[in-house]
Parts: sequence; C-alpha cells; structure tokens
Amino acid sequence: MKAKTTSKTTYQIPIGPIHPALKEPVMFEFEIDGEKIVDVDVTLGQVHRTIEWTGMRRNPIQILYLAERICGICSYCHPMAFALAVERVAGIEVPERADYLRVIHAELERICSHILWAGVAAHEIGFDSVLFFTWQIREKALDLTEYLTGNRVTKAITMIGGVRRDITKDMYPMIHETMNYFKDNFEKLRHIYLDDKTFKMRSQGCGILTKEDALKLCACGPTTRASGVKKDVRLDQPYFAFGDLDFDYVTPDVLTGEVNGDVYDRIIVRLLEVKQSIDLIEQCLDKIPAGDIVSEPKIPKLLATLKKAKGEGIGRMEAPRGEVFHYVKLTEQEAPYSWKVRAPTYNNILPWIPMLRGEQIADIPIVAASTDPCMSCTNRVAVVDNGKKYALNKEELHRMSVEKTRRLMA
Amino acid sequence: MAKGLTKAFKKALWVYHCNSGSCNGCDIEIIAALCPRYDVERFGIKLVGSPRHADALLVTGPVTRQMVDKVKRIYEQMPDPKAVICVGNCGNTGDVFYESYNLVGPIDNIIPVDVHVIGCPPRPEAIINAVAKAWVKLETLEAK
Repeated sequence: MKAKTTSKTTYQIPIGPIHPALKEPVMFEFEIDGEKIVDVDVTLGQVHRTIEWTGMRRNPIQILYLAERICGICSYCHPMAFALAVERVAGIEVPERADYLRVIHAELERICSHILWAGVAAHEIGFDSVLFFTWQIREKALDLTEYLTGNRVTKAITMIGGVRRDITKDMYPMIHETMNYFKDNFEKLRHIYLDDKTFKMRSQGCGILTKEDALKLCACGPTTRASGVKKDVRLDQPYFAFGDLDFDYVTPDVLTGEVNGDVYDRIIVRLLEVKQSIDLIEQCLDKIPAGDIVSEPKIPKLLATLKKAKGEGIGRMEAPRGEVFHYVKLTEQEAPYSWKVRAPTYNNILPWIPMLRGEQIADIPIVAASTDPCMSCTNRVAVVDNGKKYALNKEELHRMSVEKTRRLMA
Repeated sequence: MAKGLTKAFKKALWVYHCNSGSCNGCDIEIIAALCPRYDVERFGIKLVGSPRHADALLVTGPVTRQMVDKVKRIYEQMPDPKAVICVGNCGNTGDVFYESYNLVGPIDNIIPVDVHVIGCPPRPEAIINAVAKAWVKLETLEAK
C-alpha cells in the first residue's frame, strides 16, 4: 500500500445497515487503527417487513402466525409473548396444564437456540468440526420439536388461552430419551467449549462487558447474566408455570467462582442454561397436572371475546436471547389498535460498543456472535481508506478470524 | 435422486445463498441440510462465499425494498449457465407478509426462478430435492 500523506491514522469501517436476520436493521461504523478497534458507533435504522403494520390489519389469531415469522429461531417466544399480552387485555384464564406445556415448549426452544448458537460461535473462530458436532445434537432437539408440535422450525403451537397440542403419557418416553441424549452429550460439549485451548485463547478476556455497562445499556438475557447481573424474566416476573419450578439465575460464578463478562463467560452461561432447561422440562413432566390445554377451544367464540376486549396489555417473556416484550392495545375492533414488538437483540446491540472497543478486527465475528444476533450482519462491509472504497465481506472477516486462531495456535 | 440425472455427475454443484430479508427459518434449514444428518456435501453440493463461484442461487426471504438491487446484482454476477432456486413461501408468494408495503417480491418479479420450493420453512429434504432439480436443468443445458 502506498505511503499516506494525510495526517489521518484511523480507518472507518461501516458495517450494515441491512442485516436481514435481525429484526432491527443496524449499522456499525468501526474506527480502526491498524488491527485495533478504536471506536464503534451504532445506528439503528428502520424496521422492514412491516410486521407491526400488517398486524394492525389482522385479528389476534392471525397475528399469532405472523408473529411466529418475526424470527425463525424464536418462533415460539414471539407468538407466546403476544398471546400473553392479549390474554392480559381480554382477561383470559389459562388452564394450569397449558401453563406447564408452555414451559416445556419454551425450554425446548431454548435448548435448540443455545446449541445452534454454540455451533455458530465455533464456526466464527474457525472450528467447523464443532459446528457440525453441535448441529448433529441439535437435530435431536428438532426431532423432538417435530414430534411434539408437528413442525421443525415454525411450530404453530401457540393459541390464545393455551396451546394447540397436548403432550400425552405415551410421548414421555421420547422426551426422556432425548433429554438423556442431551445429558450424555452435555459433558462432551462442556469439555470442548470450556477446556479446549483454542476456545479459551479466543474467548477469555475478549469482548468484555462490565456489570456497570450491562446495567447502563440495558443488556438482557445471557449477555447480561454473563456480566453478573441477576436478571431473568422467568424469575423476576414468573409467567406460565415458572413460579412453581425450582431454578435459579445462571451466572458464570456458579461454575468458575468469578465474573469477567467476557465471551468465555457468555459461553458458560449458555451451556449451563441448556442444562437448566433439561432440568426444567423434567420437572414439568413430573409436576404437570391433568386438565384442559386451552381455555376456549372454539375459535369463533374466542374471536368474539377478543372483539369485545378493550385495553392495553404487555407480554414479557425470557426468549433464548433475552427478554422479548410485546405491547398490544385492543379497542373493541377486530384488529388491534396498536402492536409493538421489542426483540432482545435490540437491547444487545448497544453493548457491542464497549465490547468491541480496543479489540482486533478479527475479533468482531466472535464478539458480535457472543450476544447471539445472526452473523450475516457482517455482510457488505466496506473499508473506507482515504475515500478509496473496498469491500470486506463476511467471508473475509471469517477468514481473518480463522487466521487469528491459527496464529495463536502456532 | 431426481429423474434425468446421469449416474455420475459431471461436476459438483456449488450453491450461493442469498438472504433477501428472510426470518431465518429457511436459512437454518439450509444449514441443517449441510450438517451431518443430511450432509449434502457428499453429493458435491456445497455453499460458496461468492456468487462468481456458484452454479445455483438459493434465494430466501420476501425481498424487501432495500434488497432488490442486491439480489439483482448477485444474479448478474453469477456465470452462465445458472439456476435460481426460491426457497420458502415468502419468496414465492409473499406468504404472511403479502400485503406489506415494503416488499418488492415475489422473487419471480425480480429475477427468473427455475425451482420453487414451497414450505414455511421447507424441510431440508425439499431443499436438497430442489437443488437436484436445478442440477437437471444445468445438465440439460449443457447437453444442448
């Protein structure tokens, strides 16, 4: 590269603004000095499939299936949070059995999502064999999801006032078998992620989010728990049957005795949460009472009730990535007057700023992935060097990340 | 395998995946097709990082207004002969988002589609079947 004559010593790397997988299109501007990230700026843009706008033209039951398609990975949390909000407005009582069934599905989704994330994280540091290993385990979770709900990804299990399918006694052996499979593989996963030299080198002391920053920036979900903040909607404001179940906040000090708030801690939290979810599902199977699975099985009747409902309601739920929040206002119309969705990634975008400051470009993928957004985010990156533009795409970033792992291993 | 394919494939089929505003559902099923359970790499089907290397294009998502020119550009960058596979209902018809003001799709309106895969999301088997169908198209073109 030719010698520079200007006094400018840093590069600017804009990333984004369109990230198709995120519900919030986002744009980053990295200020780069050589390999070091000096500063990061985040701009949040407009929202794009106009889901809320479309929702205001449909009735609440149609919205369930629209909400399901907000995100393919959180395809259970979104409709469920919406259902919680609508139930609150309309004063619908959910049968106790349905509450337990909802917990089982929520925790199964958490297992799927965390294992998926673990694979993506491994891929980001160039450890593809682990990606394939984790996704093989994940297929078991998808098999169980399909067995219980009829679908692999979009589950269509939610109904306002309950769930659409029961889990009968003859389904228990399959659930127990899958849970045992996870338990058998958990130790292997724990060994790979927490003891492996490569993982330790790339994740320890990398992308640190302090407790103060986590609180200040309203991070949520595993991202904030890894910084030592005890925040979990399941415990803070128990919904479904979580109030009856025995579990506690997962913070990294449970395992290591200290909280660093780095990528390694975020791995610990997610792994422990997989274990916790297995435990919660088993507790549910033990405690689940007999009864109805939905408060009003006749859909026209339910729609008529909803049409008479008036008021505002919120639904809060702990999605795998953090707190998902739905606000609904019904005004005795067929369609809601207002519907607002806030997905957890929205909160977890700003913590990227303190996490990435001072890190290297090659660390962007793993640090960004550690909050569990989807990494197609780093597509279309343009490096601006003195007005001369060249593109740095996801593959190149990935290559740089893989090279760093190799350098460290050498 | 799909009808019309020769017993031994002439070449490995490389696929480029373009997400035009999808919900991730189809995308994780595409990755699932690459992973040990389905393992398409044993047929020589592989995801590549650049459209310049690709024989077939997998498009997911309903194509939001911001993505139109990107989808077009990716299609133009691919070398001939090429096949386009539209994965998922929203790219084919708009699905639940059909009335949205920010969508330009269905993808048919933007680039020519050879294989439509229906499902929300389609199963990995359906995606693999679609890729095999695109293969037939490419081999037929080559035979001419």
